[in-house]
Amino acid sequence: MTVARFWRKIPQRYNLIGTKCENCGTVFFPPRSLCPDCRRDGRVVDYNCSGRGKVVTYTVIRTASDQFSNLTPYVLAIIELEEGCRLTSQVICDPSDITFGMPVKSVFRVIAEDGPSGIIHYGTKFVPA
Amino acid sequence: MRDVAVIGIGCTQFGERWNTSFRELFVEAGTLAIEDAGIDGESIDALYVGNMSAGRFVEQEHIGALIADYAGLTRAGHTPATRVEAACASGGLAFRQAVLAVASGMEDIVVAAGVEKMTDAGDSTDVLAAAADREWEGFAGATFPGLYAMIATDYMHRYSLTREQLAMVAVKNHYHGSMNPIAQFQNEITIDTVLRSTLVADPLRLFDCSPVSDGSAAVVVAPLEIAREFTDAPVTVIGTAQASDTIALHDRRDISTLDASVAAGNRVFERAGVGRKDVDLIEVHDCFTIAEICAVEDLGFVKKGEAGMLYEEGQTYIGGNLPVNTSGGLKACGHPVGATGLKQVWEVVTQLRGEAGKRQVDGAEIGMTQNVGGSGATVVCHLFRRE
Amino acid sequence: MVGIITYGAYIPRFRVKVEEIARVWGANPAEISGGLGVFEKSVPDLDENTATIAVEAARSALARRMINPDDIGAVYVGSESHPYAVKPTAVTVGEAIGATPVMTAADYEFACKAGTAAIQTCMGLVGSGMIRYGLAIGADIAQGAPGDALEYTAAAGGAAFLIGNDDPIAEINATHSYTSDTPDFWRREGQAYPRHGGRFSGDPGYFNHVLSASRLLFDREGTAPADYDYAVFHQPNAKFPTRAAQILGFTREQYLPGLVVPTVGNTYSGASPVGLAATLDSAEPGDRIFVCSYGSGSGSDAFDITVTDAITSAIDRSQAPTVAELQKNLRYLDYALYARHKGKIVMQE
Repeated sequence: MTVARFWRKIPQRYNLIGTKCENCGTVFFPPRSLCPDCRRDGRVVDYNCSGRGKVVTYTVIRTASDQFSNLTPYVLAIIELEEGCRLTSQVICDPSDITFGMPVKSVFRVIAEDGPSGIIHYGTKFVPA
Repeated sequence: MRDVAVIGIGCTQFGERWNTSFRELFVEAGTLAIEDAGIDGESIDALYVGNMSAGRFVEQEHIGALIADYAGLTRAGHTPATRVEAACASGGLAFRQAVLAVASGMEDIVVAAGVEKMTDAGDSTDVLAAAADREWEGFAGATFPGLYAMIATDYMHRYSLTREQLAMVAVKNHYHGSMNPIAQFQNEITIDTVLRSTLVADPLRLFDCSPVSDGSAAVVVAPLEIAREFTDAPVTVIGTAQASDTIALHDRRDISTLDASVAAGNRVFERAGVGRKDVDLIEVHDCFTIAEICAVEDLGFVKKGEAGMLYEEGQTYIGGNLPVNTSGGLKACGHPVGATGLKQVWEVVTQLRGEAGKRQVDGAEIGMTQNVGGSGATVVCHLFRRE
Repeated sequence: MVGIITYGAYIPRFRVKVEEIARVWGANPAEISGGLGVFEKSVPDLDENTATIAVEAARSALARRMINPDDIGAVYVGSESHPYAVKPTAVTVGEAIGATPVMTAADYEFACKAGTAAIQTCMGLVGSGMIRYGLAIGADIAQGAPGDALEYTAAAGGAAFLIGNDDPIAEINATHSYTSDTPDFWRREGQAYPRHGGRFSGDPGYFNHVLSASRLLFDREGTAPADYDYAVFHQPNAKFPTRAAQILGFTREQYLPGLVVPTVGNTYSGASPVGLAATLDSAEPGDRIFVCSYGSGSGSDAFDITVTDAITSAIDRSQAPTVAELQKNLRYLDYALYARHKGKIVMQE
């Protein structure tokens, strides 16, 4: 990912800072600047998600793109945070241990590196809680 | 709005076409289509080209101009050419644009084509991940098979679909593909072949996944009122529909229901004025075996969770109650991304004309295509009827 | 009085046994373990690095006590394995705990004592009134060259200490340091692995500085080993700190709680910090703790610390894993997987 594109979302990636529409109360992570329900009637502000959630569905990635090939096999899941929003992330656990509804919590990990001389992209993954 | 008919079709061999370049593929398909239609290049009023990712695969953008140029349409006619992109639904969407252009009365003879040259790239996994949400799915480590695998995990957790029933989708498609001369794979396989193949993203294995392919397909459309000047067997487009949904799987209302498929399916049947029971064959988007299971349900042919039984009973084979993917689907015919939507049209029209040879569905009169982009963010559906 | 406001530690959950490393190099595992007093060491996950370890330790510290991150005026991270040669680990930590942008930061290097140097700096900034809280972290993913003696003990881990002077859980009564230019262990810029002077690293290195700094503190503060409940030393293996403790006159009861190296290995800049964290995990109000770090090159920082009532009343130690808890739910790796995790073998493009 380019320097600027990664940098722009550092608070979101590191600290799960999403957004919330103060009109309808919906929390968005990944963040949205426009509430899809309220649209122009919405008032969207930053919102800190807690990092606690549960696994909604999952898979084990065994063939990845070059960027992530050093990590395979890894568990990829859709996680529903306490706030109700869902995101896609890796769950750090043995592939045989992942289950539906598994409670998880966020941790800080390296997501990817832009090669051996490029920027290191940090972000959030999850572990069993 | 005028009625639109298909007057010509063409499709290249799908597969690893090492000796053929991106533009050569298109010329191959385009030539077949206009010869089939019996028209000259000069009569083409507009060109719509579906292509997902020439920029990443062959480092080329401005595809409309490139294709028009190499099709010889830029010299005298300066024919308008538009590149259409909706990930894996690029082809179906290009066809829809062509239909709309003719239906509106704006254009008369329009060519819709699709082309993708995937084998020139090294890491196609990463290129295809752009069909999903790059920032929040791809960058989290999601691959395209991974997203559909999560759909499969969710589906199999909530409904009764066995791993064997899922494999039957691929077995059937290879059987159909073995009778399709342009299919990438013409070998038949067994359930065992699928279950023994390498895991790609649990539970999906290699044989649950459509391959990387090169290929092109092209279709010529015209107003129905003049179609018989070109062909004895015009096929009318009785319905065209399109729907969108969230780009990321995690934002969907229901992970194993493609709401865009439900919406586009309902819209196209409403516009065509026919019912599901009137459809004789369907070409759906089996980028992964689970996608075909969901397609058959989301388009309304069978209730959610019950498609597995349809496959168990063999109803989706040629000769069954609902032949699905007589071309071999994406799995066996191949999936050059931008071309697939047009190949689906090519197959349905071939069938409705009675020209499908060994894979002919007897008495086929009404056919349907469903082309999906990404994990379900765009769905394009068309219904066709033999005149 | 300036002191520790809250603390946290992080150790990755993977381990490789000394006997497994010995097997690969044809050494006698019993002799190695017996000689070093180390049985297994921690190994980072494929997506962990010194920055992620530092962040987890810092977040653990902040989980134990209600602190407004805006009040953190400085972040210093000491390590020998900062992910960048230029671009500090400290800013990533600052961002990840919400302390940016109003703060100062820098990275430290002083072999294994970079973390304690960070503590001293924060003490100065807090004590002078320049900042309210300062975060000092010692963290490392230590590298030992394949087949070298250091490979048996080079481990991964770190600990974070928030320094301040309003209601600390442990007051730092004094700190004294002893420093000289001693080439016992070094790594040149651009080199993957450190080199060392063999037995030279012992007496002229570790023992000279640890004993000197310790005696300097006893002298200046008028204390003796018997005045302390606990003693934490830099622990490159189990033998050095045990011998230093005995020479100085500490008992096993005093230094064992802070000796984590037998089952974690040497976490370099994290070593004495993690040892201190382990001690604080079970310390009670009134306990007095002696700490002496050592960093090759060389230098030692000695500390005299008294635990206060705040350790039970102002923080909740159960809100983050203790060092003992970080040693549960472990996954053991063979040498090949260990090498993959440490980047000693790398997949080709």
